[in-house]
Amino acid sequence: MTHPVLSVRDLSVAFFTRRGALQALDRVSFDIAPGEVLGVVGESGAGKSLTGQSVIGLLEPPGRITGGEIRLHGERIDNLTPDAMRKIRGRKIGMVFQDPLTSLNPLYTIGQQLTETILTHLPVSAEEARQRALALLTEVGIPSPERRIDSYPHEFSGGMRQRVVLALALCAEPELVIADEPTTALDVSVQAQIIALLKRLCHERQTAVMLVTHDMGVIAETADRVAVMYAGRIVEIGPVREVVQNPKHPYAQGLMGAIPTLEGGRDKLVQIEGSMPQLKNIPAGCAFNPRCPHAFARCHVEKPDLVPVEHSRVACFLYDEKRKENAA
Amino acid sequence: MSALVEVHDLRRTFDVSKPWLERVLGREGKLVVKAVDGVSFNIPKGTTFALVGESGSGKSTVARMVAGLLPPSGGTISIDGVKLDRTHGYPKELRRRLQMIFQDPYASLDPRWRVGDIIAEPMRAFDIASTRSAEQKRVAELLKLVGLHPDAARKFPHEFSGGQRQRIAIARALASDAEFIICDEPTSALDVSVQAQILNLMKELQQKFGLTYLFISHNLAVVRHMATSIGVMHLGRLVEQGPAEEMFNAPRHPYTRLLLESVPDLAMSGRPRRAMQGEIPSPIHPPSGCAFHPRCPFVDARCRVEDPPAVDGVACHAVAEGRISAKTPLPA
Repeated sequence: MTHPVLSVRDLSVAFFTRRGALQALDRVSFDIAPGEVLGVVGESGAGKSLTGQSVIGLLEPPGRITGGEIRLHGERIDNLTPDAMRKIRGRKIGMVFQDPLTSLNPLYTIGQQLTETILTHLPVSAEEARQRALALLTEVGIPSPERRIDSYPHEFSGGMRQRVVLALALCAEPELVIADEPTTALDVSVQAQIIALLKRLCHERQTAVMLVTHDMGVIAETADRVAVMYAGRIVEIGPVREVVQNPKHPYAQGLMGAIPTLEGGRDKLVQIEGSMPQLKNIPAGCAFNPRCPHAFARCHVEKPDLVPVEHSRVACFLYDEKRKENAA
Repeated sequence: MSALVEVHDLRRTFDVSKPWLERVLGREGKLVVKAVDGVSFNIPKGTTFALVGESGSGKSTVARMVAGLLPPSGGTISIDGVKLDRTHGYPKELRRRLQMIFQDPYASLDPRWRVGDIIAEPMRAFDIASTRSAEQKRVAELLKLVGLHPDAARKFPHEFSGGQRQRIAIARALASDAEFIICDEPTSALDVSVQAQILNLMKELQQKFGLTYLFISHNLAVVRHMATSIGVMHLGRLVEQGPAEEMFNAPRHPYTRLLLESVPDLAMSGRPRRAMQGEIPSPIHPPSGCAFHPRCPFVDARCRVEDPPAVDGVACHAVAEGRISAKTPLPA
């Protein structure tokens, strides 16, 4: 296997509040290879956006990395100074956020924003930067870029704005793009266009992508591998086909069954009772145990680690027990 | 099965002109947006009619007019044979039978009211519960019905999660023994596992009480799960309507077909997902002729000038002329 672009090991993040430390991420580990799209899914509060924020060094206080390490091409980036991190952000790691209107500055034209970013990160002249910006706009599918480059963000529609944001994220040829819910604010017809674009651009440039979303449909189409998160931990990680069609972890199974599909009829949806625990009262043992239909004694005391099951790795004692039985 | 709700040729325009002085100085005329333009449908008792469409297609405007929250500019709405009066709204007895559930359960419940009061409000408004104890008993019943503990009545909305709040909103809608519930994106703000709980609950209640739903959503998979019949809206017009099964198995209007194609494929069946070209046009300056023509793969000269009337549930020239059928492949 080629060297991963991003490698996260045992990342833990906690929020330090007046009522004590709240563990928000608990020993999260994953790799992303060049040209690979890793989908990170989970419901609100699972810690998926937090994982992305930690990687780009934009954790907001009182949140702090309390353990583990993040490596970009083998070099640690979690302990860099804010200045050093700023040079990496944008240059080596591009970002796409959910709301394209808030990630663009309304007071500058998109041309100014693009050339500014290019000039900050690359040794080119102003004229070259503008040419590059034009080329990028063409590449992300903005019609007649020569005319549009001097427009302000409000003159674009939602889908077009997200294309501009994508151009902005890619303008310094980063090795890694973190896309946090890039299509959530868009209509389905536009969503399909943006997803296809993201996939094509990153594939062409061999950029690694961390795609954070709650939409399994988007993941199924875009990702090569998927990590399912629950209450700050990765509960299952594996190839997209495995996770989507044959999920192993009881939570992942419930999540997949809960999604209404076009193919399915009007039958009752699979229902996971209850909801995600809040950070201040994450249950002991496996965090999913109160909602799990298969929970047994061990789940209430011990935290399961990821163990290999077929092509995936799953954090569930059901599989650990099975493995022991087989070994015995 | 008679229709409980009948909507005929419903229209609504919004005045988006500049202020009078600017208009006069700039020698501009008034600018009017047709948010809803000639929408007609019937909802038989005990069924679910879903309106789908992209943002700005006018689906929420239709919901608000049917609920009596927004006076229509034209057309008629009648519920159980009683017409909506444009100035006086619905008669009180009818208002009791009609309730609404909104998208954002964080905004639709008053944060300073206890849950018990929130649920009891419709009963008080319509003089349903005669005594305080009868009211409390009914509130407890309703909470149990939507899967919450009766103790919830003493708490405030902030103590509940999004899904639980939506349950409270449903309990409130049922408090006045409503028969017709308008649901405007009821699960869009919820996580999928919670969405499944709410959708299942809504279906259970429908079977139990014979409720009629007008269900607004942009999520086609959710609509597929809930609806008996469906109307697809595009720029204020109903471009196709029909029974849910037919609509999903053999969509006829090119817009419906492209909309279905653009839904992500979760089954990974290898169904090609074709991205629709362009975006929904601005409703302030709608395209001439059929409003879908700039994005339509089957466009011809007639579509650019003539507005297609709805024929047999589909408003499309190509379908009416027999130029395309549900089997005509979409060009790549």
